[in-house]
This record gives sequence, C-alpha cells and structure tokens, in this order.
Amino acid sequence: MDVINALVAITNYVIIPATAYGAQLALGALGVTLVYSILRFSNFAQGDTMAFGTGVVILITWGFQAMGISFGPLPTALLALPFGIVITAALLLGTDRVVYRYYRVTRASPVVMVMVSVGVMFVMNALTRFLIGVDQINFDDGARFVINARQWREMTGLSEPLTLRSTQLITVITALIVMVALFWFLNRTRTGKSMRAFSDNEDLALLSGIDPQRVVTVTWIITGALATIAGTLYGLDKSFKAFTYFQILLPIFASAVVGGIGSPVGAVVGGFIISFSEVGLTYAWKKVATYLIPGWEPEGLVQLLSTDYKYAVSFTILILVLIFRPTGLFRGKVV
Amino acid sequence: MSASRQPGETSALRAPLFFAVLALLLVIEGVTSGWNSALGILNMGLLSAIMALGVNLQWGYAGLFNAGAMGFLALGGIAPVLISMPPTPGAFRAGGMGLIAAFAVAIIALILAAQVWRKLRIRGRGLLVTLILIVGFFAYRGLFDPAVAAIEAINPSAAGNLGGLGLPTLVSWPVGALMAAGAAWLVGKTALGLRSDYLAIATLGIAEILVAILKNEQWLDRGVLNVNGIPRPWPVPYEIDLQNSASFVKMAQGWGMDPVLASTLLVKLAFLVLFLIVVLLLIWASQMALKSPWGRMMRAIRDNEVSAAAMGKNVTRRHLQIFVLGSAVIGLAGAMMISLDGQMTPSSYNPLRYTFLILVMVIIGGSGNNWGAALGGVLIWYLWVKAGDWGPDIMTMIAAPFPDGGLKEHLVDSAAHMRMLVMGVLLLLVLRFSPRGLLPEK
Repeated sequence: MDVINALVAITNYVIIPATAYGAQLALGALGVTLVYSILRFSNFAQGDTMAFGTGVVILITWGFQAMGISFGPLPTALLALPFGIVITAALLLGTDRVVYRYYRVTRASPVVMVMVSVGVMFVMNALTRFLIGVDQINFDDGARFVINARQWREMTGLSEPLTLRSTQLITVITALIVMVALFWFLNRTRTGKSMRAFSDNEDLALLSGIDPQRVVTVTWIITGALATIAGTLYGLDKSFKAFTYFQILLPIFASAVVGGIGSPVGAVVGGFIISFSEVGLTYAWKKVATYLIPGWEPEGLVQLLSTDYKYAVSFTILILVLIFRPTGLFRGKVV
Repeated sequence: MSASRQPGETSALRAPLFFAVLALLLVIEGVTSGWNSALGILNMGLLSAIMALGVNLQWGYAGLFNAGAMGFLALGGIAPVLISMPPTPGAFRAGGMGLIAAFAVAIIALILAAQVWRKLRIRGRGLLVTLILIVGFFAYRGLFDPAVAAIEAINPSAAGNLGGLGLPTLVSWPVGALMAAGAAWLVGKTALGLRSDYLAIATLGIAEILVAILKNEQWLDRGVLNVNGIPRPWPVPYEIDLQNSASFVKMAQGWGMDPVLASTLLVKLAFLVLFLIVVLLLIWASQMALKSPWGRMMRAIRDNEVSAAAMGKNVTRRHLQIFVLGSAVIGLAGAMMISLDGQMTPSSYNPLRYTFLILVMVIIGGSGNNWGAALGGVLIWYLWVKAGDWGPDIMTMIAAPFPDGGLKEHLVDSAAHMRMLVMGVLLLLVLRFSPRGLLPEK
C-alpha cells in the first residue's frame, strides 16, 4: 500500500506537473529551433513573443467573456487562441519585413542577428506592457479539475491525494496535437520539405528553385503560432506575468541546446529532460521517502535544491551538454 | 560585420562635440531640476560608463556577446558586503568552519570527478563519476545546512549573515573585479570555442543564477532582507558629519548655501571625482591595450577568425582572456555601485536594466571605441532617467483628447514602459543605419 501511495505522490507532485511544463518548454524550444535552423540565429525575443501572444489572447478572452461567449468546460482562452496566433504571426511578419530582412539580405553574422533580436525583444517587451501591463493575471475559466482530491479518494480509497487540473490535461493534449501537426507538416508537405531543404543547405535549396521568401514567411507564421500556444498554455497552467516569460527564455534555450539546436525532435525531448530534472531536483521528497522506507522519518524536506534555484538546473544541464556533447543529443547544427 | 567595421573618415571634432552636448544636457538638468539631480545622474552615468567599457572590451574588441552583465555586476557588488562591512560577532565561530569544510568537500568532489573522468579509461567511469558527485553532494549538504542554520540564527533581525572583514571600502573594488573575473573564467572556459551564441545563452543563465544566489543565501548577504549601511569609500564624507561640523556649516554659509544642500552636493562631488578617476584610468588602459600588438591581434581575430587562426593565433584563448577582463571591469562597476548606494538590494537586479541596457550603451556609443562606450554610458543613462520623467507627460498630452475612463487611464499608466520602447527602437535604428555608433572605431 505504501508503495502505491509513494507512486501516487510522485505522479501528483512530479510526473503531472513536469509533463505539463515539459510540453510548454518543448513548444517554446520548437520555435527557437525553427528560427535557428531556417533564419540562423538564436532568437532572444522568443520569450517576449510568447508574452505578447499570450497578452493578445488574454485581451480577446476578456472580450469573449464580456460578450458572454464561453467554451463550456474548457477555458475561453482556447477559443481566443486562433485570433491571438493570427495577430502574433502578423506582428512577426511585420518585424521581419522592417527589421530582420535587411540583415538576411546583407548576410550579417549570426551574432549581429542575435543583437538585433535583443532590440526586437525590447520593443516586444514594451508592446506587451502597453497592451496588458506588468501585473500577474489569471485567465483560466471553465472546469478547474479533471480529478480532484475528493473524487480520487472516493475512487481509490488511497490516503494519498491526486489531483489533475484541467489546464494540465489541456496543455498536454494541445501540445501533442501541435507537435503531430508540425512533424507531419515538416515531413510530408511540399512546403515543409522545402523548409528542411533550406535549413540543410541554403544554396542548394535556392538552386532547386525554392522560394526563400516563402520559406521565411512560413517559418515566422509557425514560430508565432508556437509561441502563442506555448505562452497561453503556460499562462493557463500557472499565471501570466510579463517578466516570467522573459525568465523562461533560459530553460527554453537549454531545451533546444540539449536536444541539439536546429533539430525539432531534439527540442521536444530537450523540453522534457529539462522539465523533469527541474521538477525532480526541486521537489521535497520527504513524503515519498517516508512511504518507501518504513520507520524513517526524515528531519528536513529531503529537497535536493531549493525551488529558487530551478534555473540552476537548466543551466547545469546546459553546461554539461556544452562540455560533453555540444551538438546536443540529436546532433543539431554544426558547432 | 567586417565590412562595416573598417575605419572611416570622421571629423576629429566629433568626440569633443558629443561630450560638449552631453555636458550641456547635464547643465540644463542642473539648472532646471537642481544640481543634486544632475550630479546623481552623472554619478550613475559614470558607473554605467564603466560597465559599458567592460562590455565594450567583450563586444567591441572581440565580438563576444555577453548576455549576463547583470550577473557579474551583482557578483562584484557582493565584495563591499564581504570586505568592508564589520564582521557579525560570533557568526564565523558559529558556522564559518562548517562553511569552509562544506566548500572544501564540494571542490574536492568536483576535482575528483573531473580527474576520474579524464584519467580512467575504463567502462563504467560515468557511473563512478555520478557516484562521486552524489556522495559529494550529500556530504556538502550535511556540512553546509547546519553551518548556515547556525549563522542565520545569530541576531536575525539585524544580521543573520557572516558580515565582512571590516577592511576599507576601496579594497573591495578590486576584489569585486576579481570575483567577477573568476566566475567569467568558469563560464568562458565551457562556452567559448563553441558556436558564437552559446556564450550568450550560457551568460544569460549564469546571471540568473548569481542573482538567485544573492537573493536566497542569507548567510552571505541577508538575501532579500538587504544589507544596509555599507561604508563609503575613503575620501567621501557623510552628510550628517558635515552638517554637524561647525567649520563646514560656516563655509557653506560663506558661499551663501544651505548647509544641508551643500553637504549632499559635496558628497556627490566626492563620489564624482573618485568615479572620474576610475573611468579615466580604465579608458587610458583600454586605449593603450587597443593600440598595442595585443589590441591589433584582438581586432584581427574579431574581423576574421579564420585568417587569424591561420596566422597561428589561439582564438579561443584570446577570447577567454578578453571575456575575463571585460567581466572584471563589470564586477568593478558592481562593487562601486554598491558603495555608492550604501546598500545591497539583490531584488533590484533586473536584466533589462543591467545587461541589455549596457549593450545598448555600447552599441549606440560606438562599438570598439572606448570614448564612445563612455559617452554611450552617460548619455543613455541620462535618456533612460529622463524618458521615465517625460513618458508620463507626453502620454498625458496624447491622452488628453480622450474622454476620462479606462482607455485614458491605461494610456497614462503604460507611459512608464515608454523607455523600453525608446531603447529598443534606438538600438534597432543604430544597428541598421549607423552600426558603428556615435563615435566610430578609429
């Protein structure tokens, strides 16, 4: 019985939150990795793009709520998501036209492109703050739980509670759909294939008649969609605050680098590696230890790292990967 | 980048002209808003100039993108706390030895793990290394946790930390630089020599972690409880002492000034002189380095890494060297900033202000030009402060025609974020239309 209780505790406090967080990171890292492989720079504005997209979604959600439109048991934000994606993608395309295109045409070095993305980051940051402010916003509505602690107890009779919030389930399902769609698009459609060709060898792709402008446009639209979805899911699951979206830039970059920057599969795997390490190392294992080792009552929380140091986990993994395997697990782009 | 970095024709009057404009702006500020405000902006501007000089070494001389200036700044800022604060009585006896033992265990475990990984060529060495690290981690925590608990239990409302060594504040400045240099060496060692943007990502991470450490390790710097009353550097007097000194009050009255105002101005002027000396020394040293064979080599590497490597230059080593040097300068600025503020507030470190704004200063001032970086430091700091003042005024004017209510309120509230927009747009404009900045590299 204690073993089952221990498993339930692990599922409740580690597996479920880490899976949801991992899915959000994976979507963010996919955006970074796509921009990297097609446009060839690390996009520092990714976090603020996510914040902007989420801000738009929140505003539309409020509009829907004011009009009395709801999505039944699902959060209204999902209904607002497509509109948010369109607006974010439009903003990214505008940014590309006004800012990035010049550097692409003049073939600026990657580090200059990174610096340019810092400028874009400042502007996006300001836009998000103009739009929605800096305060913490909770915008989830609809049913809160798929399984709550009481139902679980009645269902199983176990003393250890297990809760599954609806936002966590929605995150995982949405992320799964988006990933399947993206991989299908990259591997099966003509445009997706031309994007991969462009990423592998730009000159060869140009020679075979691939339109670079089209590839770039599609990349930005997908990046906008991924950023908006990732940001909205993260905001639904936790809450929206402009500054936290800047901070998750680090775990997102770490995910992309761990998996091999430029490799979509790597981004997904990297996201889950980072999220499980982060949650696992900052979880207080006291409860699980008491279940598993009878007669032992640990003094402290049996927490390997305080939660304040969660970014240290991403960073340490990042450094280990840089030392031992700089191309990442899935052999991303050349070092 | 190489094409845009070639020396071009610029008038010799360009730099003096820009500095004259800057001086004029500060004089206007002094006349309209008071000299205290003008000197305050100038002092912080000079500190920003030092940070910009450090970033300029990295970005301007070598093309390295440091996205973690904030971290090195914060790390340098810990030096005044550890060097010039008086020690907390009994704290070292309570937990000092435990802390030293804990860190010794951690370092031994890391070295051992690295040696095993490098020297042993057997199957399962990965497992062995993991085992060493796990055992080392638990031994470290076993020593560290009780020591920290003992230190934090001492007088928690006023201290609860180790305190410092009680040495003069000026000593803490170079120490801050050394601490930042140490951290930079560790980061550079792993991230340099790989693709160029890995350094940016790694520094972004180390900055977040260093600030998290300052926020949470109470035994070190009281965390978010802040350390107050950090002593001022040597020649700078305290306002209250001046106001109590009869000779100073008489002198101030002799000039026809209010003694309180005169004392605040004198304190700011004393800081100004100190900072100015440091800035000028740094510019002189950087200029000498730039003109030396070493400086030419650095620029050759920046402009074409491949050909420099072909000439037998060790690009990664040189990059590590300049990255450490630049971070040391940023650490120095961090220590100076804390002794100017007189307090350590870890929650005030914000990456937009202390990392990305510094990059904006360097790029707008002129990458690779030390005078440009210094100019950018003061000028952009002035704009940043003033944009905060002007933003609400401009916004109120824009919002005036709208009816009172939600929209108007929202517009006026959001004015505070105006300076982000201004900085972003400025950065993009300079990168696009004048990539060499206000004072181009010679």
